[in-house]
Amino acid sequence: MAADESYPAELKYHAEHDWARIEDDTATLGITWYAQDALGEIVHFEPPEEGGSVAAGESYGEVESVKAVSDLIAPLSGEILDVNPALADAPETINEDPYGEGWLIRVRLTEPGEVDGLLDADAYRKLLEEQ
Amino acid sequence: MSLPYLSLTERDRDEMLAAIGVSSVEELFRDIPEAVRFRGDLDLEPPLSEQKITAHLAELALRNAHTGVELSFLGAGIYDHYVPAFVDAMLARGEFLTAYTPYQPEMSQGVLQAIFEYQTAICELTGMDVSNASGYDGPAVTADACYVAKHVTGRSKVVLCEAVSPQVRRVVKTYAPGFGLEVVEVPHRDGVTDPDELRAAAADAACVVFQQPNFLGNLEPAPELAAAANEQESLPVAYVDPMSLGLLEAPGRYGCAIAVGEGQPAGNYQSYGGPHYGFLAAREDYVRRMPGRIVGETTDLDGRRAFVLTLQMREQHIRREKATHNITTNQTLLALAGLMYLSWLGPQGLREVGETCLALAQYAKERLGLPLVFPDETTFKEFAVRVGRPAREAVAAARAEGVHPGYALGRDYEGLDDALLVCVTEKRTREDIDRLAEVLRT
Amino acid sequence: MTADPRPPMQLVYEKSQPGRRAATLPDPELPVPDLPEALRREQAPRLPELSEPELVRHFTALADRTFGVDTGFYPLGSCTMKHNPRVNERVVALPGFRDLHPLQEEDGAQGALELMWRLQEILAEVVGLDAVSLQPAAGSQGELTGLMLMRAYFEDRGEGEGRDTVFVADTAHGTNPASVTMAGYKLQKVGTDERGNLDVDFLREHVDERTAGLMLTNPSTLGLFDERIEEVADIFHGAGALLYYDGANLNAVCGISRPGDMGFDIVHYNLHKTFSQPHGGGGPGGGPVAVRAQLEPFLPVPVVARDGERFRFDEDRPKTIGKVRGYYGPFGVFVRSYAFIRSYGPRLREMSEVAVLNANYLLARLRDAYDLPYDRLCMHEFVLSARTLKREHGVTALDVAKRLMDYGFHPPTIYFPLIVPEALMIEPTETEPKERLDAFADAMLAIAREAAEEPGLVKDAPHRRPVKRLDEVKAAKQAIVRYRFDEHPDAGAAREPVQPVEAPKGV
Repeated sequence: MAADESYPAELKYHAEHDWARIEDDTATLGITWYAQDALGEIVHFEPPEEGGSVAAGESYGEVESVKAVSDLIAPLSGEILDVNPALADAPETINEDPYGEGWLIRVRLTEPGEVDGLLDADAYRKLLEEQ
Repeated sequence: MSLPYLSLTERDRDEMLAAIGVSSVEELFRDIPEAVRFRGDLDLEPPLSEQKITAHLAELALRNAHTGVELSFLGAGIYDHYVPAFVDAMLARGEFLTAYTPYQPEMSQGVLQAIFEYQTAICELTGMDVSNASGYDGPAVTADACYVAKHVTGRSKVVLCEAVSPQVRRVVKTYAPGFGLEVVEVPHRDGVTDPDELRAAAADAACVVFQQPNFLGNLEPAPELAAAANEQESLPVAYVDPMSLGLLEAPGRYGCAIAVGEGQPAGNYQSYGGPHYGFLAAREDYVRRMPGRIVGETTDLDGRRAFVLTLQMREQHIRREKATHNITTNQTLLALAGLMYLSWLGPQGLREVGETCLALAQYAKERLGLPLVFPDETTFKEFAVRVGRPAREAVAAARAEGVHPGYALGRDYEGLDDALLVCVTEKRTREDIDRLAEVLRT
Repeated sequence: MTADPRPPMQLVYEKSQPGRRAATLPDPELPVPDLPEALRREQAPRLPELSEPELVRHFTALADRTFGVDTGFYPLGSCTMKHNPRVNERVVALPGFRDLHPLQEEDGAQGALELMWRLQEILAEVVGLDAVSLQPAAGSQGELTGLMLMRAYFEDRGEGEGRDTVFVADTAHGTNPASVTMAGYKLQKVGTDERGNLDVDFLREHVDERTAGLMLTNPSTLGLFDERIEEVADIFHGAGALLYYDGANLNAVCGISRPGDMGFDIVHYNLHKTFSQPHGGGGPGGGPVAVRAQLEPFLPVPVVARDGERFRFDEDRPKTIGKVRGYYGPFGVFVRSYAFIRSYGPRLREMSEVAVLNANYLLARLRDAYDLPYDRLCMHEFVLSARTLKREHGVTALDVAKRLMDYGFHPPTIYFPLIVPEALMIEPTETEPKERLDAFADAMLAIAREAAEEPGLVKDAPHRRPVKRLDEVKAAKQAIVRYRFDEHPDAGAAREPVQPVEAPKGV
C-alpha cells in the first residue's frame, strides 16, 4: 500500500521535506517519502485556494494524519495553477505515490532563480542521514 | 487523626524510601530551591472527619433558599425541570464518575459509546449533522460558535440580538477582543427581533446569534431571522432551550448553521449555576472548525464496531497554537446526564413535558391576571408581566411569603423595571400557580 | 489468555421500539395552547424509546465497559487521577446546593456564598497569592482568563499595544499555546536544557519590552521542578512582564512550595486534578484563577466578598475583563473541592508528599527497564521512554500502553511531552497503596521482558478488552459522528411524526 523509500533524481528538494518537479516556468510540488512516512496514513489535505500564490519557505497548506498535522512548506514562489483534485476523496494517495499521483499543487514560478537554492536528491538524502 | 484517602503505612514508607535511596521524604524535594520552599503550615483550618464535613456542609446548605423550600418561578436561563431517579442512579456508577477523557479506546468503549449516543441525541434535537462531546456551558459555547464563524467566514463582526440572555452576551463580549471579534447588538422591538433590522446588521457579519425562545420569554420569528442572516452570508446561530425542541422546529430545519445552548434544563440540577453542559452542533461543512472532543464510529482489527475520539487534529494536544480551541476537560458527566434524561423521556415524553410547560404557563398568565409586557407575542414556559411597582420589590415581598415569583427584568433591560419574568416548568402545579397569584396580588 | 467475554453492544437507538417509554409525567389536565405553525416542529427527534429497566441495563453495560479510578490503577500522567471521596457526592446532592437557582437573591444563598468565599480564601493561601476568581470552568478556560487578565493589566498601564508575545515551554500542554492564540497573543516557544529546566540563556536573550509573560507548569510535564525558577522569574519581572502558573501539576507542591513564592503572578488551579472531582469521562472540571494584588481589579465578575457576617457578590469592578462563563462558576465542583480540602486542612502537604513518594518509588523500580531521559528525582510524576525497546524489539510506547491493559491497568499518558520520544508519562497520585504500585511495576517489567522474548504478544495487545486496537484512520476519514438512522432502516427508533396523546399521562 505505502510506497517504498525513494528520492527521484529528477526532482529538487527542500529541507522541510518537500519536492518540486520543474518544467519550464512551472513546478509541481509534493511531500517526500520521508515526510509521508513520518506522518503515517494521511487522512486530510487542506489545500490552498486556487488562483492564489505561494511564497518560498512559507506554508501553503496542511496535511493531517490521525496523530499529527504538518505544514506544507513551499520550496518555490509562484502562482497556483492547479490543486490535485484527487486528494479530497483519497488523501492516502500521498502515501501510495508521493511523487506521482500524490502531487499536491502546480504553480507558475514567479522567482525562477529560487530553483538554484534547492537540494538535489543526493544532498537531500545526506540531510536525512544527519537527522 | 489519620488522613483519609491515603494508603501508605509507616512500614511502606520506610521500604519505599529505601528503594529510592533517600533517607527521608524531605530529601525528595531537594531540587526545590530553598528560597521558594514553603516552611511552616498552611494557614488552613484543621482537618475534619467525614462526619464533621457532612455536618458543616449541611449547615451551609441549610442557609440557601432552594426550590424545595421556596416555591420557585425563577428561570431566566437555568430551569427547575424534574430530574428522574434513573439519572441519579446511573450517574453514580463509579466507572462513569471516575474515568477521564477516553484517550485509550479499548479501556473506554462504554463512555465513548455514550458520548456517541449523546452526540446523536443533540443532532436529533437540533437538526444538525455534528455535535461535539460538550462545552462548558451555554454562554461559553456561544462564544465558541462565534469563533467558529469567524474562521469559516473570514469576517470578524458578530451580531447578538439583545433578546439573547445577558449572561451569554456578557461572556461573548469578554472573549471578543482575544478572538479578534467585534460585537454589535440588535435591540428587541416589543420583545422580539425585527428580521429587517437583523438583516441590515448582518451585512459583513461572521454570524448572527438569536435565542429561541428568547430571554424575554417570547418566540422569535426564528426562520425569518435565519433567512435574514443567510441572505448576508452570515452564519445563523440559534441559542435554543433543549426542552422546547419537542414542540419547536429544529434550527437545522430552518437554515441555521450552528445550534448551541445550555444543556442544564435537560437532565441537570440547577446547582447554583454549574457545573452543567453547553451543547454545540453544526452542519457537516464546519466539522473541521469545531471545538472540543468528538467521538466517531470505526471498527477494531477484528471488524467489530467500536468508538474512538476522532478528528483530533483539530485539538490542542496535536495542533497546539493552531488548534480550533484550547478546551480539553469538558462536561461529559453532565452531558451523559443529558443523554440519560432524553432517553428516559423519548420523543413522546419530550413533547409532553413541553406541552405541560406550555399549558401551565398559559394557565398562569390567565390566573395571575397581570398585564403582559408583550401581549402580542407567543411564549413557551416563561412570560413577562407588569407588577405595578419595581419588580425587585415584588420579588422581595413574595419571598417573604415563601414564593420566588420570578426574575426582575429591569436587572438587564432598560424600561422594564416593573417587569417580572415568570417561569413555569412541569414541576409546578395549578395549586402552586394559584399560590403565586395570591402572593402577587398582595 | 482468554478474550473478553462481553458481546458487542447495540446502541440505545438500536434497542428502541416505538411505543415504549420510561418517563411518567404529571398531567395538569389543562388545554395546550397552539403554537404558530411556522415555528412548530414537523418531525419528532428520533430519541430512543425504551422502558426504564432496559435503560438501566443499557447504561449499566456501558459503565461495565468503562475503566475508572474505582476500577483500578489509572496512572494517566498530568491528569492526577486520584480517588473521588464519596462524601463529596453526598454533600453536593444536598438540596440546599443542588436545587439552588443561580439568580436567587443573595440573602437566600448565604450558605453558598460563604462556601465560595471560604474556598477563595483557601485557594489563595495554597498558592500564596492575594485574590481568587472561581469562575473558569476548567484549566484551559482558566488559562484564557489568565491571559485576558494579563492583557487588561498591560492595557491599563498603557502597554497594551507594545506587549504582544507570550513565552511557552516546549514541554507545555497543548492548551498553553492554544490559549495564547485564542487570547490574541503571539507565541514564543522556549526550549528545555539538559537537566529538564527552562533554557535560561534563551530567555535572557529574547525576553524584552515586547514580552507580556511566560506560561509555565512547575513541576513541568517532565515531572521535574525547575531548579532555576528564581532566575526565570527575575528575567520576566525585570522586563516588566508577568508569570503565569499552569496549575496542572499543583498536586506535587501543596504546602511544599507556593507558586506565589516562586514569583508567579497569575495561577490557575485544576480543581478536578488537585482537589478531587469526578472526572466524569472527560469532565466537569474547575479552573479558578488566583492573582497578585495588582491584578485583582481585572478579575472576572462577580467576586464573592464578605461584609462582617454577610456575604455578597461584588459586581462593582470597573476594570474587570467581564464574565468568562455563566453565573459564578461550576458551583457543584466547588462544593466537592471544598469538602476535599477540609478533610486535609494544613495537612495537604502530606497529600503532596505521598504523591511524590509514590512517583519516586515507581520510578526507582522502573528506571533500569526503560530509558530515563532526565536522571533526577521526580516530583509527582515522571517520564520514561520506550526508545530502546523500539529500537531493539520494535515495541513502541503505544504497544506498552496497550499491553498494560491486559494486566488490568489503565495506561499512562503516552507520546507526551513531545520532547521525549516514545514517552510514557506516569502519575500514580497519593491514592495508591504500595501493593498496587508494585503490581504495576511488575507488569511494566514483565512487558519489557515480553518485548524482548515475545514482541508479537505486546504488539497485538490488548487481548482482553471488549475490542482490539481500532482503525483510527477510518474513523478520521469517514467521520461517522452520529448514528445514521437512514442506513439502519430496521432499527427501532420512531420514524413517524409523534402525535400528541390525549389520554391521561399518569399521576
